[in-house]
Amino acid sequence: MNTNTPPSSSNAVALFLAWAFVGIPLLWGVVLTCINAAKLFQ
Amino acid sequence: MATNFLDRSRSVAGPGFNRWLVPPAALCIHLCIGEVYAFSVFNKPLSQAIGITAPAPGDWSIPALGWIFSVAIAVLGISSAVWGRWMERVGPRMAMFWAAIAFAAGFFVSAIGVQVHQLWLVYLGYGVIGGWGLGIGYISPVSTLIKWFPDRPGLATGTAIMGFGGAALIASPLSVLLMKHFGGPTSVGVAPTFVVLGVLYLIWMMVGSQIVRVPPPGWRPAGWSPTDESGKMITTRQVVRAQALRTPQFYLLWLVLFFNVTAGIGVLGQASLMAQDVLGVTAAAAAGFVGLLSLFNMGGRIFWASMSDFIGRKGTYVIFFVVGAILYALTPTLGQTHAVVLFVLAYCIVLTFYGGGFATVPAYLRDLFGTVEVGAIHGVLLTAWSAAGVAGPVLINYIRQFELDHGVAKNDAYGVTMYVMAILLVLGLICNLLIRPVADRFYVPAGAAEAVA
Repeated sequence: MNTNTPPSSSNAVALFLAWAFVGIPLLWGVVLTCINAAKLFQ
Repeated sequence: MATNFLDRSRSVAGPGFNRWLVPPAALCIHLCIGEVYAFSVFNKPLSQAIGITAPAPGDWSIPALGWIFSVAIAVLGISSAVWGRWMERVGPRMAMFWAAIAFAAGFFVSAIGVQVHQLWLVYLGYGVIGGWGLGIGYISPVSTLIKWFPDRPGLATGTAIMGFGGAALIASPLSVLLMKHFGGPTSVGVAPTFVVLGVLYLIWMMVGSQIVRVPPPGWRPAGWSPTDESGKMITTRQVVRAQALRTPQFYLLWLVLFFNVTAGIGVLGQASLMAQDVLGVTAAAAAGFVGLLSLFNMGGRIFWASMSDFIGRKGTYVIFFVVGAILYALTPTLGQTHAVVLFVLAYCIVLTFYGGGFATVPAYLRDLFGTVEVGAIHGVLLTAWSAAGVAGPVLINYIRQFELDHGVAKNDAYGVTMYVMAILLVLGLICNLLIRPVADRFYVPAGAAEAVA
């Protein structure tokens, strides 16, 4: 069985929102960590 | 029944469902439960909860507080081992729902424990109740992703487990901000911080449990068909948990994970102190070093697990153990010569192997034992993490103290430890090389495989 039909536009919005929901906080954490890590080489 | 909407049958994906919605659902869980790696941020404030600015009589000691993390990791291993089959039976939505409830409840009970200054309540809350949520929350999305991505199991498990490594990057600064906000002259602000974190994690994990879906029976990605590559140790057949536990492959893989984690976790726990002792940098710069290690720990999870789809799981672990052992053996020399950049780079690479080991092992299990009870088997395998969580820090602390007691200078006290870590990785390499395809007698007979699934 194969259910991989082409994604609809509502599916694409859901996909964007789901990834943003996890991606934005993670990006915030990564940026802060990089800023702190820079102190090691100063 | 009230929990009907959580049933496996209600979470089967309909036509047109995009499987790329499952990784963010998994990340919703792992980005929360991975907070456990940042728990040490509470150690100092909790050790002066009465004295506020400095420890006072009646305040909890740092070693006593260290047990909160240890209990949580131990319960993680036990709960994932004991509840793994339940998780496979009820499906990921139910498992993730209860993981969210337990993890948040752990924070709430701990907040009460901090407020009334009863450490046993914090052990019970964060360690036992939260630890149970950790175990269930860790394995359920991983098992689901393996079923959605049979064509790229390494990438799938790497994505979820990357979240576990990355959670500390969010939790650590967020916790500091919250404690700053709630703290004052009469409180260190930990109890309200726990409450806010509990609410945030509850919401985040609940969103994940609502997004997640299981594939319909017989589903497979478009244009992909399973091929039995026994030569590469990738089976299309199935082994149930009870049978998997009778195979030498399971125990060899347990040792592989144990040695890999022991070597990495020991360094992670000592990274700040080591940077200050060996490189002579400030505490702030050492914190930057720890942050950098966390980044590479996270990146290694997605990078190596994805790579393992191309170079094979066994080959990936060979890289971890061979290159890791060489780098561990080199670091004392790099430290003595104050080659800061090379020293940092060596540890960053080693930490990618540590993270990569966690992320690649579910795909390794899937290759050897199939998908039908991979979550339950993974759950039992995670007891290796619990054992390493105790062995790693104990080993590195004991050796360092032994060296210091025998007059070795602080900046040289890590040399022997790193050589021991290199030996552990060689032992891991031997175990990995001994892994062969599972013998025929352990597989579910062809006719019964669908019934088991």
